[in-house]
Amino acid sequence: MAQTYHTTVGSRSYRFASLAELMAKATPPRSGDRLAGVMAESAEERVIAQMVLAELPLTTFLNDALIPYEEDEITRLIMDDHDAAAFDPISHLTVGDFRNWLLSDHASSEVLTQVRAGITPEMAAAVSKLMRNQDLILVAKKCQVTTAFRNTIGLPGRLSTRLQPNHPTDDVTGIAASILDGLLYGSGDAVIGINPATDNVAQSVKLMRLMDEVIQKYQIPTQSCVLTHVTNTLEAIEQGAPVDLVFQSIGGTEATNRSFGFDLSTLAEAEAAAQSLNRGTVGRNVMYFETGQGSSLSADAHHGLDQQTCEARAYAVARKFNPLLVNTVVGFIGPEYLFDGKEITRAGLEDHFCGKLLGVPMGCDVCYTNHAEADQNDMDNLLTLLGVAGCNFIMGIPGSDDIMLNYQTTSFHDALYARRVLGLKAAPEFERWLEEMQIFQDISTHRLNDQLPAAFANSLRHLPKEPRHGA
Amino acid sequence: MVHDPSSPIVVENPWERLNAFTDARIGLGRAGVSLPTSKLLAFQLAHAQAQDAVHCPLEVETLAKELTEALNLSEAPLRLHSHAQDRAMYLQRPDYGRRLNDEAREHLQQAAASQQRYDLAVVVVDGLSALAVQQNSAPFLSALYQLLEKDAADWRLAPLTIVEQGRVAIGDEIGALLNADAVLVMIGERPGLSSPDSLGLYMTWAPESGLKDDRRNCISNVRPAGLKVEEAARRFFLLLKEACQLKVSGIKLKDRSEDDVLEGQSASGASGSTRNFLVAD
Repeated sequence: MAQTYHTTVGSRSYRFASLAELMAKATPPRSGDRLAGVMAESAEERVIAQMVLAELPLTTFLNDALIPYEEDEITRLIMDDHDAAAFDPISHLTVGDFRNWLLSDHASSEVLTQVRAGITPEMAAAVSKLMRNQDLILVAKKCQVTTAFRNTIGLPGRLSTRLQPNHPTDDVTGIAASILDGLLYGSGDAVIGINPATDNVAQSVKLMRLMDEVIQKYQIPTQSCVLTHVTNTLEAIEQGAPVDLVFQSIGGTEATNRSFGFDLSTLAEAEAAAQSLNRGTVGRNVMYFETGQGSSLSADAHHGLDQQTCEARAYAVARKFNPLLVNTVVGFIGPEYLFDGKEITRAGLEDHFCGKLLGVPMGCDVCYTNHAEADQNDMDNLLTLLGVAGCNFIMGIPGSDDIMLNYQTTSFHDALYARRVLGLKAAPEFERWLEEMQIFQDISTHRLNDQLPAAFANSLRHLPKEPRHGA
Repeated sequence: MVHDPSSPIVVENPWERLNAFTDARIGLGRAGVSLPTSKLLAFQLAHAQAQDAVHCPLEVETLAKELTEALNLSEAPLRLHSHAQDRAMYLQRPDYGRRLNDEAREHLQQAAASQQRYDLAVVVVDGLSALAVQQNSAPFLSALYQLLEKDAADWRLAPLTIVEQGRVAIGDEIGALLNADAVLVMIGERPGLSSPDSLGLYMTWAPESGLKDDRRNCISNVRPAGLKVEEAARRFFLLLKEACQLKVSGIKLKDRSEDDVLEGQSASGASGSTRNFLVAD
């Protein structure tokens, strides 16, 4: 149903040819939308678009699909799974009213949980475009999404970390060294997750075994994941590999996901396969998804939408498969999509807000590449803002430097900084383990043990004498 | 808990010696829970070097001279420029970096007017690290040219080209304009914090404008502390010969030379083993 959207300001009239154009032009500026040619042509046009958007009834998004229902299985998923009963309390609102309602005292954590299934990604994206950073933080903080596998992630007052022990040649001693470093800094409750340098089934199975052995030996209440293609993990499960979580990068259009080599049925198969292993002890959330603004444009699969709207649609994919973890890898894609620290920060807060509003267990890879106009100070800012907003988890990597993927993300130290200044804790089961293992001297004040805990001192005695060749 | 005033301000990590087994920044120690000053500054230096690598322009004149001498070229390399006029535009418009500007295209069309076919066109591109190109191009090409000369086949090489503000795909346009069967793009990779000088090698068989990544083969991390130029040249040469034989490149052509490389480098044991100090009994 094509409709035009227009308004008159003073003597000038503004016309937006489609809902997609209106959404794109209402989006705070970023380089990816400029690259796609969908950005507002002036600062004024952007605000006019926001004003027109604010007047639209939320029901518009149920009638005017941004990508046609017939063409895209994500649109079909969004429309078919829309819960009219859950939507009822907000069905009379415009986008502008929706912002007011979200910020109001009517929208308690309980009420936000109840309406979740009635909110579509497009509604979330639209309202976020009218919100300031503090609005995104305030509302996200009210949205609680808790998930569980061997521990419980996303409880209020908690901030978990993915321990990311990547190594450029998947060297097992090198990986083990980073795992040890992370554990001794209290990292790894969200997951111990490796991006393999060699991306095939045999290598993935080897890394799964490596992590499984460590988790079992030290009885760590956490889960492991090798971030390989979903079809590789399915094959690993068939081979009897110890798979805790199934990973996949996902996008918000069917064409994006096809370019990634999967569709919704693949994810359904993967969730069922991983659940059949019954490896969780306190919950059954077995999926780990990564997203990021710009992926659809990068795959030339954005259908003329702005990158933030595409991103929000990816959360519809995520929530369908009950993930344990979803994170937006916000600064990884590069400056042609998010140019600098300001754009990365805004995108990180938008993604976290939209994800949480839709009921997705949102974390964030607070990160940047060396060709972006960003640095550690920008990451400190975003980390702190996300900590305030109640972000479920962040990454943890030795000294912020991923020597395999060549980008910078949050370090083990950074996570402890955030926990300390904001009074946040690790997942409760993991926190107890940290205490029992004497990794902390006093966990309530985030005081690490100055001495090497006994179990790990023993392990270090098994260290080979000579380092690997060329190290 | 009472604080002991005699305890050190910076707490060292007793597992610091694990540093011998990885380049990851482990065992950094801590001041409270924060990075000690020396480690903070070491990081800042690495980031500054990586940023400089992105923004420092390629010294084309110097490089052209160096390559001419090192490779005994009869004519100097052709200097070309992409459609992105400067670095700021380059970073925001990857599409501009993938195509030549009009002047470069004309220049190349004139150079290739003879309609002669070539077996290989070598294209040197600044990419995201001029440093990588400046440092590794001559040594790598010297190694490669030696292999080509020793080979039984008589390799016809197109004029060498140097491109400013270019991305990988620009090599396909250049290869096509030069009537080359295969193109090798040597490009400065996105600099990592510990690797601001990493060169990437991309090969396309039957290059033409508009090809996607699935048609290219890549050899990455060519630099003194990574994949050495001699080994990179050997691997590329094997790939090239296979491409010539099968007349394909990209996902249809597997890089078999890597099969035995990524395994078995660990001090802790054989290929496929997960044995390491954390789980040794």
